[in-house]
Formats: sequence, structure tokens, C-alpha cells
Amino acid sequence: MLSIKDIKASVEGKQILNGLNLEVKPGEVHAIMGPNGSGKSTLASVLAGREEFEVEGGTVNFLGKDLLDMSPEDRARAGMFLAFQYPVEIPGVSNANFLKTAVNEVRKSRRLAPYDSKEFLKIMKEKMALVEMDKAMTQRSVNEGFSGGEKKRNEIFQMAMLEPTLAILDETDSGLDIDALRIVSNGVNALRDGNRSFIVITHYQRLLDYIVPDFVHVLYKGRIVKSGTKELALELEEKGYDWIKEEVAVGA
Amino acid sequence: MSEDLKILDEVTNSEYKYGFVSNIESDNAPKGLDESTVRFISAKKNEPEWLLEWRLKSFRHWLTLEEPTWANVHYPKIDFQDIIYYSAPKKKPSLNSLDELDPEIKATFDKLGISLIEQQRLAGVAVDAVIDSVSVKTTFRETLGELGIIFCSFSEAVHDHPDLIKKYLGSVIPHTDNYYAALNSAVFSDGSFCYIPKGVRCPMELSTYFRINSAGTGQFERTLIIAEEGSFVSYLEGCTAPMRDENQLHAAIVEIISHTDATVKYSTVQNWYPGDKNGKGGIYNFVTKRGICMGDRAKISWTQVETGSAITWKYPSVILKGDYSVGEFYSVAVTNNMQQADTGTKMIHLGKKTKSIIISKGISCGKSQNSYRGLVRIGKKAEHARNFSQCDSLLIGDKCGAHTFPYIEVGNKTAKVEHEATTSKVGEDQIFYCNQRGISTEDAVNLIVNGYCKEVFNQLPMEFAVEAQKLLAISLEGSVG
Repeated sequence: MLSIKDIKASVEGKQILNGLNLEVKPGEVHAIMGPNGSGKSTLASVLAGREEFEVEGGTVNFLGKDLLDMSPEDRARAGMFLAFQYPVEIPGVSNANFLKTAVNEVRKSRRLAPYDSKEFLKIMKEKMALVEMDKAMTQRSVNEGFSGGEKKRNEIFQMAMLEPTLAILDETDSGLDIDALRIVSNGVNALRDGNRSFIVITHYQRLLDYIVPDFVHVLYKGRIVKSGTKELALELEEKGYDWIKEEVAVGA
Repeated sequence: MSEDLKILDEVTNSEYKYGFVSNIESDNAPKGLDESTVRFISAKKNEPEWLLEWRLKSFRHWLTLEEPTWANVHYPKIDFQDIIYYSAPKKKPSLNSLDELDPEIKATFDKLGISLIEQQRLAGVAVDAVIDSVSVKTTFRETLGELGIIFCSFSEAVHDHPDLIKKYLGSVIPHTDNYYAALNSAVFSDGSFCYIPKGVRCPMELSTYFRINSAGTGQFERTLIIAEEGSFVSYLEGCTAPMRDENQLHAAIVEIISHTDATVKYSTVQNWYPGDKNGKGGIYNFVTKRGICMGDRAKISWTQVETGSAITWKYPSVILKGDYSVGEFYSVAVTNNMQQADTGTKMIHLGKKTKSIIISKGISCGKSQNSYRGLVRIGKKAEHARNFSQCDSLLIGDKCGAHTFPYIEVGNKTAKVEHEATTSKVGEDQIFYCNQRGISTEDAVNLIVNGYCKEVFNQLPMEFAVEAQKLLAISLEGSVG
């Protein structure tokens, strides 16, 4: 469903991704790890279509379409979701209003009738339970005055509402305490249905105890330098990244 | 949100849609201004001698004044001899039956989405409709009359309620107040008059709809609202004009008197033609609005949504004379393309423990200039007066300007005056966040700006709030490039 081939990208003239390849099939969960500055968040931004990131080469095919040719909103409508590392505040716009706009935009692009208020509330109620969110939070302005944990929970709640085909979680675990981590992970796991795919970007193996990946990749200097199964994450936790850096140095 | 969305959908890609001209035969005064023009208008209205004298006094005073230049707006000098000061639809409107109303006039208001038919009862709004210089129809007079409420055109009030007019006309805004107030006092043609008797809560929204139609005319209406002890009224004002290449002058006056324990809420959605993208045409909106809280615990609340006009120059103000009286000002002013706005308020605290609040949201896009100008004055005797002001500016694009000119004068040590101001831009991060959820950039800007204005929109009656959101979306049209 997602096929990234030899992608090269830069930001402010600085090359960050150096020929990255990745194949994601329906239902798979891929974890992407790597030291600081290796390009993890850049990958997420490039896939979501953030303007500041210049793609200089390579191709990305998403569900049979040229992803790089699509606007950010069209990517979202086609079923790509990014859970932001730093969710943005929108004062005065309630979470519920924001989501209803988004959900109905996505439905419109799929030629489905928009949800009316009653239907929408019903679905919202169901999904709120997934991330143990209370009703008051849906009435508050988008992310405004939310704690770090609430913001991340809100991202997963939005994901549940938008039912994407591919969800990219950009360091969703950063800044979460154990309880919040559990809630967020439970939310994600509930959305694993054998078809929906995930790219989970994280620094810590800990998250992968909760969201068990099918594959783990190590990103270093803008390329995937090692791939494995969940055992690779445990090895990284134990030994750090230095041995991988050495391997890369030797290989080069 | 479904409602919001529908509105946004509806208006995306729409332009100023009130720019049509109706083919209504009109009866005009000759172009130009001198004493004979003033006499002509007064005679047309069959006015009593005292009113003519008051007009002439105003006119003579106006001649001694200079056009003000202190506002942060720029435009070529107005040729006051090149304006028609009186224009009225020829066919005499009937006050009793709508059937006798000129079909063209009725069609005009239908097109504007304002039904003059008594169906308005469902919406709970009584309307006074003013085209150019005269009021053409006031609805619901009988229903209101049963409660002792007077709601009619200003001209009728002069004849039917001369004592009230004599007592209150110019009592809040004297004819000497400023250049445009003096001009209006000399040549005002019509407007609305509203009187709420003691202890009466007006059961419906009262609304005046102003429409400039004829070319080359100025509109100088005058509204007077009197709320007696313990009464309540919510008043709405809307306005539109045809698209014309020339600039047209609108210099109105609104006076409000709120007695002991009375509350007057005055809401405006100002949508005069703003001119085209290059700044050609559009209305010069030079308006004086002021209310006085005469008695203790009186309250006046101004809410305005300013999206139209080439130039807006207006400062709806409150004189807080009664002890414990309250003044409020909630404003959203949007400027796009070449529009200029210099708007704000004055809160004059005279009574003890008087309170005022100012919430101003300026939004500038295109090459427009948007200024907030406000005065908070605490008089010597205003013990423990309080004011809170919040002036926020939002910039869209990098060719527009936002300016804030707050004036604070405190004459009593016990006063508490707070002023907060912020300037922000619609963030790329916010837009991208919306994009990533499937929302287009245009809709994202609308969503973000609507959120930004929420505090003010919340003050508007429901239907007006919907109208305001629509207007906002139109005004923001093409602001993101």
C-alpha cells in the first residue's frame, strides 16, 4: 500500500533523507527507530506533505497513486493520517467542530454523505471510549490548554475518528507517563484490524512493548541501515546505536 | 459545525453579492449642499419649524468646521458639492398594507434575504427598511404597539412623538460633536426611532436594514433608541449597497439612552460595498454612535462586525453616567484588499463603580490597513470604576497592517484599568494541521479566523451570528495566496 523508493529530501538546503526505501503492506506495523537527527520526523513530514521539506528524488506510491503529487489535504482524504509530535492549538475552535469538519471533508472526497450532528455524536462517543476521553475535552478548543498527555490522546482520538488506511505516529510516546502510554497504546491497538497499517516512529523500545511491531527499522543518516523484527528493538535498547554506526562505517 | 460548514461551503468562491442596482424611480434633491438643500429636505418631510431651525443651526456650525484628519485613513478630499443629499423612492410607501409597496422595493429586499412580510414573526424580528433617504416599511408595529413600544421611521416619530424627539434628539451626540455629526444633523433624512416604555422587555429583535441604491447619493440616517427604566431591547442593524465605481458617503448617527436598570444591546453587521480589489469605489463609512447610561445599573452593549466599506471611521461609545452602569464593546473588523478601517470605542466613566469591557478583534488581509483606536476615561468622581480592554490583531499575508491606538485617562485613584493586546499571524502550522486532517487551506483559514472571533460572535443573536460568519468567509476570499 505504501512503497517508498530511494527518497531524498532536504530542509533549508540541508539534505536529511538520503535514498530511503520502505515497503508497507496492508495490516503491517513498522517501527522506525534511530538516533537523534537521523531523519525520523523528516520522513513523517515528507509523507504528510509539509511544504518546507523539499523532495529531491525518489518516488512514493500510496494505494496506487503518486503521493508526492498530492496536496496535504488530498493525502489525508486518501487515508493518510499523521499523529503530530507537537499537536497544534487552534483557539476558539472546539475539538468537536474541528473533527466534524475534517471527517465530513474526508467523507465528501469519498462521495459519502456527511454525518449529521446526531450520527456524528454517536460515533464520537464510541471513539472517545477508546482513548478514555471525557466529553468536556471535545468541547474545549483544539489542543488549547491541553496537557502533553491530553494532546497525544487527542491525536489518537482524531485518528480513530478519521479511520485512516495508513497512520504515522511521530514520537507519540514522548512526554507520556506510564498511564497515558497505556491508554494511547490501547487506542492504537484497538484500531489494528488486519488492514490498517502503521508507521510508528519512536526513540524508545518501551512503546513497542505495548504496540508490538511486525518490523523494526533503524534509520541513520537518512537511510534505513538495518531492519529486523521486534527483537531488534530490544537489542537497540540494550546496546544503544553505536554498534550500528560502526557497522555502517565499516560497510562504507 | 454542520451549520458553519454549510455556510463556508456556500460562500467559498462568492464575491460581494449585494452589488446589484434596483430600478426604483426616485425623487432626488438637486446635487450640492447649501441652506436651500437643508430647507428642501425639511420641506420634503413636512417638518415643524423647530426642527428646521435645528438643522440650520447644525449646518451653520458645520460650515465652521474642518474635515478631521487624525484617523489613520487616507483618501482624496471629498467634494461635498458633488453629492445628492436626498433621494427617495417615488411611489409613496404605504404603512398599512404591504400590497401597496412598490414591487421593485419588495423584490430588492427579497433579494437581500430580508422578508418584509409578517412571516418575520417566526424569526422574531421586526424590521424597519430604509432605502436611500427614507424608511419604506416597518413591520410588526401593531404587535409592538400593544406593549407600548414605539418602533417607526424617524420621520414619522417627528410627527407622532414630537415631545420625545425634542427631548432626546442630539442629547447624546450634540450637533457640534464632530464634523460628520454636524453634517448629519443638518441633512439627515430618515432612520429608525425606538422607544421602550418602563419595565417592558421587547419580545422580539428590532432591526433596521439600510440600503443605498441611487447613484451619487449620500446616506445620512439617524437612529434614536430610548429605553425607559427597567426595560430591555436588542437592536440589529444591517446594511448593503450596490457596486459602483465612485465612492459614496455614509455618515450616520445612532443615539441611545438607557435609563435606570435598562439594557440596550445594539448589534451591527456592516457590509457596505468595500470597493473592488484595486480600491476603486466603495462606501466611506463615517459614523458616530454613542449611548448614555443615564440611570444607575443601566447597561449598553455594542457588538459590531465590520466587513464592508472602503473606509470605516467609527467609535461606538458609552457614557457611563449612572452608578454601577455597564458599557460593553465587542468588535470584529475585517479588512481585505485596499480597505481601511479606523475603529474602536470610547468608554467615559462618570458614575461610581461603573464597569466597561472592550473586546476588539482586528483581522487584516490583502493590502489593507486596520486600526483600533479606543479611549477609556475615568472621571474624577468615578470611584472604583473598572475597565478591561483586550485588543487582538490577526494578520493574514505580509502586505497588510494592524495598528493599535489606546488612550487611557484616569482621574480617580481607585480605578482599575486593564489593557491587553496581542498581534498574531494565522500560523502555517495551524493550516498544515488542518490540511493533514483533510481540510483545505481556504476552509482552514475560515475555521481559524472564526475561532479567533468567537468571543464576539457569541454576543450576536443567533441569526446574525450566522450572517456574520458568512460575511467573514466572503471577506477573507482570496486572502491566502
